[in-house]
Amino acid sequence: MLRVKKLDKTYPTGQHALKDCSVVIDKAQMVSIFGPSGAGKSTFIRCINRLVEPSSGEVFLEGMEITGLKGKDLHKARRQMGMIFQEYNLIERLTVMENVLSGRLGYVGFFKSLFRRFPQESVDEAFALLKRVGLEGYHNQRADALSGGQRQRVGIVRALIQHPKILLVDEPTSGLDPKTAMIIMKLIGDLAKEKGIPAIVNIHDVKLGQEYADRIIGMADGEIVFDGSPSEVTADTLTMIYGEEDWSKTIRKVEDEEE
Amino acid sequence: MSTNSTPTVWKRDHFIKNPYFRWIVILAGITYLIYALNEMDFNFARMQRGWPRAVDFFQRMFPPDYSRWTMIYKGVFESLQMAIIATTISILLSVPLALGAAANISVKFVYAISRAFIVVARSFPPILVAIIFVKALGFGPFPGILTLAFTALGFMGKLLAEAIENIDKGQVEAVRATGANWFKVQLYGVAPQVLPRYVGLSIYLLDINLRASTIIGIVGAGGIGGALFNAFHRYEYDTALAILLAIIAIVLVMEFISSKVRARLQ
Repeated sequence: MLRVKKLDKTYPTGQHALKDCSVVIDKAQMVSIFGPSGAGKSTFIRCINRLVEPSSGEVFLEGMEITGLKGKDLHKARRQMGMIFQEYNLIERLTVMENVLSGRLGYVGFFKSLFRRFPQESVDEAFALLKRVGLEGYHNQRADALSGGQRQRVGIVRALIQHPKILLVDEPTSGLDPKTAMIIMKLIGDLAKEKGIPAIVNIHDVKLGQEYADRIIGMADGEIVFDGSPSEVTADTLTMIYGEEDWSKTIRKVEDEEE
Repeated sequence: MSTNSTPTVWKRDHFIKNPYFRWIVILAGITYLIYALNEMDFNFARMQRGWPRAVDFFQRMFPPDYSRWTMIYKGVFESLQMAIIATTISILLSVPLALGAAANISVKFVYAISRAFIVVARSFPPILVAIIFVKALGFGPFPGILTLAFTALGFMGKLLAEAIENIDKGQVEAVRATGANWFKVQLYGVAPQVLPRYVGLSIYLLDINLRASTIIGIVGAGGIGGALFNAFHRYEYDTALAILLAIIAIVLVMEFISSKVRARLQ
């Protein structure tokens, strides 16, 4: 499904954010990427849909090479990758419905999008997805009137209505309270499974990331230092990713659950 | 012990730390001011001599003479039309100009051209631009409209470009991530963020243009300004006052309307 080969990124500032990162995701699984701030997690997923231009390396989605695409072809490739953001990144002054339908911008012409003339089936689907995430009746609310959890649900729907082949998720829970964070993670996991697509989720919260992921990738200083199942994550693994610390308490909960 | 003790006296650092240099700057400033006042013949005796003339001048203004009402009405109406047309032109053209002059949207080449245009358009007051357009195109409201549109475009382009530069990048990124092309990114990622500012600036611009349209008539660029200038020239101070009152009235009305509209936008 997704093949990332030796992805490398050096920013113009000289910061070497990604160092030869290779990952293969060959089934519809939820992948959590752990790593401290500045480890290159955000850069990694942005290099996949080329919001950030990688310095070298290759990305293949369903066999199509993403790296090297230009203009229209790049726009078409981006339609197939749904992205969910840390600060939701909703268009604050527009309504929930406009935000959701903006996920279809890659498919609709300029004037149709100017006059908000989206195809009926997109509107139908938008209503259905809003209902699915528990936002029925909110379609005419302005995005800036919603709570954090509600905004992220809109963000999820906006990504899904693209009919993506993969979800790229950047710190979806960082501004949310613990309970809402859990609900949002579960929702992303459930929906990715329903649609049969993989999701790559950058996440700070180790417990949350472990709980909902099928696979964990650890990043430190621009390199992938761990790639395995959630049950393989030990205190040593976390030391490798985040540095020396007493990780026993962070780990214990998972071990308890597995017993 | 004394070196480590906490100080008890505190004085704010001076803006210029070196005391000699500081006093040189202060004395030089005062000296120049005295020189300039002498040079410009700024004296109170002359002000005193002028006072009776000013009183006479104001007395001759009253009562305002509305006998040439149709002339005043036509002039004011022409000024208003000039302002509306010029504002429309400049708010339309300001969109591509501001996109070109916004560092976060534009490419280097277009940015340089757009910014250069803005600097030129903003560096001349309307009356100077009007002189140039009147010389090139002859008298009448047409060079006046061009004058207003040109200067307003510099103003609008600069402020709108700044608004675009201050937008939330995240929202733009999200729209790019959907696979939208450049135009649709502007439409959904940028436009909603700057629209209230754009509308507010447009109304403010109409306000500015209306004021400017009353003055550029003095150099022959149409509007009520020409009539005002002529009235002063012919010592018809009572007519001049009537024109001034008409200008004040229309500016106040516009001020009222624009403040109402802007309050609604918040």
